[in-house]
Amino acid sequence: MAFDTGLAVLVLGVAVWTLAAHDTFAAVIGFVTYGLLLALVWVRLAAPDVALTEAAIGSGVTGGLLLGASTRLRRAEIQAAGEKPGATLRFAAVVLCTLVSAGLAAIVLLLPEPAPTLAPQAAASMAATGLGNPVTAVLMAYRAIDTLLETVVLLLALVGIWSLAPDGVWGGFPGRRHQADSEGVLTFVAQLLVPIGILVGIYIFWVGSVAPGGEFQGATILAAMWILVMMAGLVDAPPVSRRWLRLLLIAGPAVFFAIGLAGFAIAGAFLAYPVDYAKLLIVTIEIPVTLSIAVTLALLVAGPPERAPK
Amino acid sequence: MSDATLFGLCGAVLVGLGLFGLIVHPQPLRKILAFNLVGGGVFLLFGAVARRGAAAGFRGDPVPHALIITGIVVAFAATALAIALLLRLFREAGRGTLGSDG
Amino acid sequence: MPNSATAGGFLLVLAIVLPISGVLLSLVLGGRHAERITLIVMPAVLAVALAIAAAVWRTHNVLQYFVGNWNPPLGVALRADGLSATMMVTAAVLICGIGLFARGQFPSPQQSELRAPLVFWTLLLAIWGALNAVFIGGDLFNLYVALELLTFAAVPLVSLDGRAETLAAALRYLLFALLGSILYLLGAVLLYGAYGTLDIVLLSGRIHAGPVAWVAISLMTTGLLAKAALYPFHLWLPPAHAGAPAPASAILSGLVVKAPFFLVIRLWFDIMPRMPEPAAAQVLGILGTAAILVGSLVALRQVRLKLLIAYSTVAQIGYLFLMFPLAIKPEMGHPWHTTAWTGGVLQAISHAFAKAAMFMAAGLIAEALGHDRIAGLSGIGRALPITVFAFALGGVSLMGLPPSGGFVAKAMLLTAAVAEGQWWWAVVVLVGGLLAGGYVFLVLARALADASQPLTLLSPISPSRQAVVVALAVCAVLLGFIPLRPLELLQIGRPDIAVGGMK
Repeated sequence: MAFDTGLAVLVLGVAVWTLAAHDTFAAVIGFVTYGLLLALVWVRLAAPDVALTEAAIGSGVTGGLLLGASTRLRRAEIQAAGEKPGATLRFAAVVLCTLVSAGLAAIVLLLPEPAPTLAPQAAASMAATGLGNPVTAVLMAYRAIDTLLETVVLLLALVGIWSLAPDGVWGGFPGRRHQADSEGVLTFVAQLLVPIGILVGIYIFWVGSVAPGGEFQGATILAAMWILVMMAGLVDAPPVSRRWLRLLLIAGPAVFFAIGLAGFAIAGAFLAYPVDYAKLLIVTIEIPVTLSIAVTLALLVAGPPERAPK
Repeated sequence: MSDATLFGLCGAVLVGLGLFGLIVHPQPLRKILAFNLVGGGVFLLFGAVARRGAAAGFRGDPVPHALIITGIVVAFAATALAIALLLRLFREAGRGTLGSDG
Repeated sequence: MPNSATAGGFLLVLAIVLPISGVLLSLVLGGRHAERITLIVMPAVLAVALAIAAAVWRTHNVLQYFVGNWNPPLGVALRADGLSATMMVTAAVLICGIGLFARGQFPSPQQSELRAPLVFWTLLLAIWGALNAVFIGGDLFNLYVALELLTFAAVPLVSLDGRAETLAAALRYLLFALLGSILYLLGAVLLYGAYGTLDIVLLSGRIHAGPVAWVAISLMTTGLLAKAALYPFHLWLPPAHAGAPAPASAILSGLVVKAPFFLVIRLWFDIMPRMPEPAAAQVLGILGTAAILVGSLVALRQVRLKLLIAYSTVAQIGYLFLMFPLAIKPEMGHPWHTTAWTGGVLQAISHAFAKAAMFMAAGLIAEALGHDRIAGLSGIGRALPITVFAFALGGVSLMGLPPSGGFVAKAMLLTAAVAEGQWWWAVVVLVGGLLAGGYVFLVLARALADASQPLTLLSPISPSRQAVVVALAVCAVLLGFIPLRPLELLQIGRPDIAVGGMK
């Protein structure tokens, strides 16, 4: 209990520092720390799947993205800092936000006891899915349509980012070309870490059907490995007009839709699974989805095309 | 006080802090950071709800856990899009603010 | 209600699957085929929307579908009532029109893939899929994902031309939309914490008045108001809708901004009927009034045509929220006052057609003249008479003149206001109509004036595109022939009927 209280106070402290820091770069470092502390909180809240996701996506990939952006925007941020709003607006904001926090805190204390929960229903239906991890059962079976739409959301974000490319370089290579430095630390780390990372990513995805883990966490690790390799200059990001890249991106949602529609014929409803083949079908969906999400996440970090295609 | 309630209150404070940052910071990148703080607070609240729903041999209600994972992924996509827009705006206009503030 | 895993339910799934499949196909086959794929998908999804409306009408019941055969609260339900079906048909007709219009602006490239056509057609299909998901979603978290899908599809359309001001407008739009979604999600979290379900029908049965429910609904409503650009959250809309290319502005003002309004209806009339609070509804009405006044007055001062039309959207959204104080009745169990309800929904639909026509007309004018300054519009009435006629028809609906959908909608709101003794809303409707007349005549007077020198058009405007614009404006007028009484289709599936069916 004391540990938890200390952790909560630490999280809030780092959050305040993230808000109050003058330099944006420092604020981003604070944010990454906050994310890692949050992952710890999730472990304390008995949510290992969420902890993995928070560490990998919420803190890891988001942090990388924000760090890159803050270095490129350094000049603009300093110049913009002078446009701070006046004292009345700040005071009003303080009042509003204190009210919101106080109201939410009161609600937390007023939540009904015993707490309503869907855990018994989730447990009871898990046998029909053949899975051992209830969170995966929710993501891939009970609420599969949410996960399906979510893969499309990711894809659309990528299309949106690509739309920001100047017309002349459309279809070209995202991001700047990083030069490989054979003596450099980054290259060394990449060559060492990436094969291990790929194995870890595949393992975490695979084990997600029975233990904490799953496609999103595994995909993020795979994406991080690809990002590392691109940043170290060992490979270049692929031009966005390549057919194979587009196929990889849509493979996940496409297979998800296909098996979902097949569910009409074989199990009586969209995204329904026949009991005998449930786990097989779910894994068949998860493999291309993991690939697609990994590619999408990496390209989301790489950004819009900046160099013309050859 | 159970750990669920403790972290739920923590989430409530995070939402307020993030909202303050979103309103008060003029730089869009700080607004994006603040938005992520609000998101984290909302997810923590959901996590507290999940922890309270421990039953049937699970230490937490799995449905909110799955929804939080979806939320984290969507929030990342949103951050990526916002940052891409901001970087492109900076390249076009040489400034990093939205002009008349929102 | 039994799981309609029959033709009815299959249609609901198709309404989401078909447009999204179009998105996936466009991405993999490449930008040269995106337009063609959209043109194939358009009639298919229109047919699905009409079939859903026909099924709802025939059975006089809500079409319901449990995805994956998992029942709520564990699973997700899709539901189409009369309101959903009406909005889906509206969206289908409007998007077909916008697609046909946009063929002239984003033609398929012959050689290699180009950025703008691929992005436009892909995002148009994505917006359609997202809108359908919003209209038939029966689960609050599923609706959250649908809202995010809609935002990510809509925002890049604003900055499609890559200029600094549209990029800034797109970023501001995104930040407001994200704030709105996270507040919505926060409210949904609290509802789950208190009632253990996110399904709309189950929640309507379990919810009861209390601090948790009130805070949750307030948060969700505030978030949705920010996404709907209701005053005071309207600042992001005019630069965003004015900066987008004309067909994108049409869909943004016509439908994208109506989706959060649709969800506020779902919240207040489907989940909350057992906790009536007419005072809160009056707040929505007051904000709507402010939107009408501020939007119209600022529109009168605009120099650019597209900005004037965008501020007009801010004003017309205000009318939508006048529906709430008029349609909520204080007694339990009868949460809707039918005339006001019909008026509000009809306002949303006729504004969608009218505003789309006006934005597309403004787009054609801007293509012809090279600018959209109102002061420089003299002579365009002679050069592009059909286009200006379409603009005028749209304006007729905005002003609420007969015959037009806008007239019927505002007449219903007026009737309801007077009948319920809330006469102050009647005054607002009338004043709003006058102000709308002001800015519409401002433009038309300029457009119909004679030019000092003969006007040379920068580029020829194809008659087929002008025909599409007129067709959409005529739709707004045709809605005026609906009899001035509550529409039966819209009443199908109102909560009194639905709640009894769930176990």
